[in-house]
Amino acid sequence: MDTLIILLMGFISIVVVNNLVFTKFLGICPYLGVSGRIDMAFGMGLAVTFVITLSGTLTWLIDHLLLIGTPLEVTRYVCFILVIAGAVQLVEMYLRKFFPSLYDSFGIFLPLITTNCAILGLCLFLNLWGTDSLLEAVVLSFGAGIGFTMAICIMAGIRENLDLADVPGCLKGAPITLITAGLLAMAFMGFAGMIR
Amino acid sequence: MENSNDNTSRYVQTMIAGLWRENPTLRLLLGMCPTLAVTAAVKPALTMGCSVIFVLVCSNIIVSLMRNLLKPHLRILMFTLTIATFVTIADLFLKAYLPRMSEMLGPYVPLIIVNCIIICRAEACASKNPLFVSIIDAVGMGIGFTVTLCVLASVRELLSTGKIFEVSLMPNAFVPWAALGMPVGAFITLGLMIGLVNIITGKKA
Repeated sequence: MDTLIILLMGFISIVVVNNLVFTKFLGICPYLGVSGRIDMAFGMGLAVTFVITLSGTLTWLIDHLLLIGTPLEVTRYVCFILVIAGAVQLVEMYLRKFFPSLYDSFGIFLPLITTNCAILGLCLFLNLWGTDSLLEAVVLSFGAGIGFTMAICIMAGIRENLDLADVPGCLKGAPITLITAGLLAMAFMGFAGMIR
Repeated sequence: MENSNDNTSRYVQTMIAGLWRENPTLRLLLGMCPTLAVTAAVKPALTMGCSVIFVLVCSNIIVSLMRNLLKPHLRILMFTLTIATFVTIADLFLKAYLPRMSEMLGPYVPLIIVNCIIICRAEACASKNPLFVSIIDAVGMGIGFTVTLCVLASVRELLSTGKIFEVSLMPNAFVPWAALGMPVGAFITLGLMIGLVNIITGKKA
């Protein structure tokens, strides 16, 4: 029972309290790039969730089974980035085969998931927070993906309406998106201190 | 003589492009994550900027040297591996000589690996140009990035604590805007800064 509560707490904590986009500034590039339309944002969120869960779990295993306590520890970052690149390649092949239309609409942003800071960032945070069970690592990585999807979908919803608003010329595009993200971050600050 | 003059002016132009016209953060909107994350104060921003310059220059040198050996589909992987190696060096260096700063920056040092600026320069410049141009480009871009970080960080540090580098600059009656030191402040300050740059350059988005 205790484990279940810890896992649930961890999940809620990473989705809303420690949301990667709003409190750790991870994954801002796709967040600005793909959040124009809500369906694409959702697809992107799902792809990231998949990659992040897979690579979070794999890097945790590699870290704990191979690296920690051995001289190989210095190669940690190189190993992590290789795992992530491999996972992205897998998603790319899967999408091209089964969802070609989605694959086309992502274009360049799909391979760029490799360089999405949210993914490498989560792998590093798992290490930093001292996650000590495989199950917890899986739940946290999945939660991080859900948190990212939520953030990018909220943003896409707002931006679709923002197109109709009268924004000062110099703030159009990226600046107003950043300011909106700031206001959203302020809203998410309300969750701070709820857990951990 | 004519030819060498041409070359010099080209080098100077590449350098200046990184500082303003193609400033990575403000104009190309690359490398947002570190920009937002480490700019709560000037010192970490400066450290981050220097680490990025180091990694950018080294990776541009290596990529430029091996540009003729690259296979198109393995390109990105090679870039990332090169960058990851140099980031590991920078990280170990910071851990050894500036342990407090390294602790403060935490995972944002290894996150330089996925900093889009470095991959973008490897792809757009170093994989097509000879060694010297690549180095100049890396230095220009790196300095542009560092300067932007420092400006953003000084605005935020000054308004959120009233101090820069532990030196108090504001009158006593000044009430610190604590919000600017938090994530909220990072997003809004950067948004306004890009807006300001857009006004200066007269760009209509």
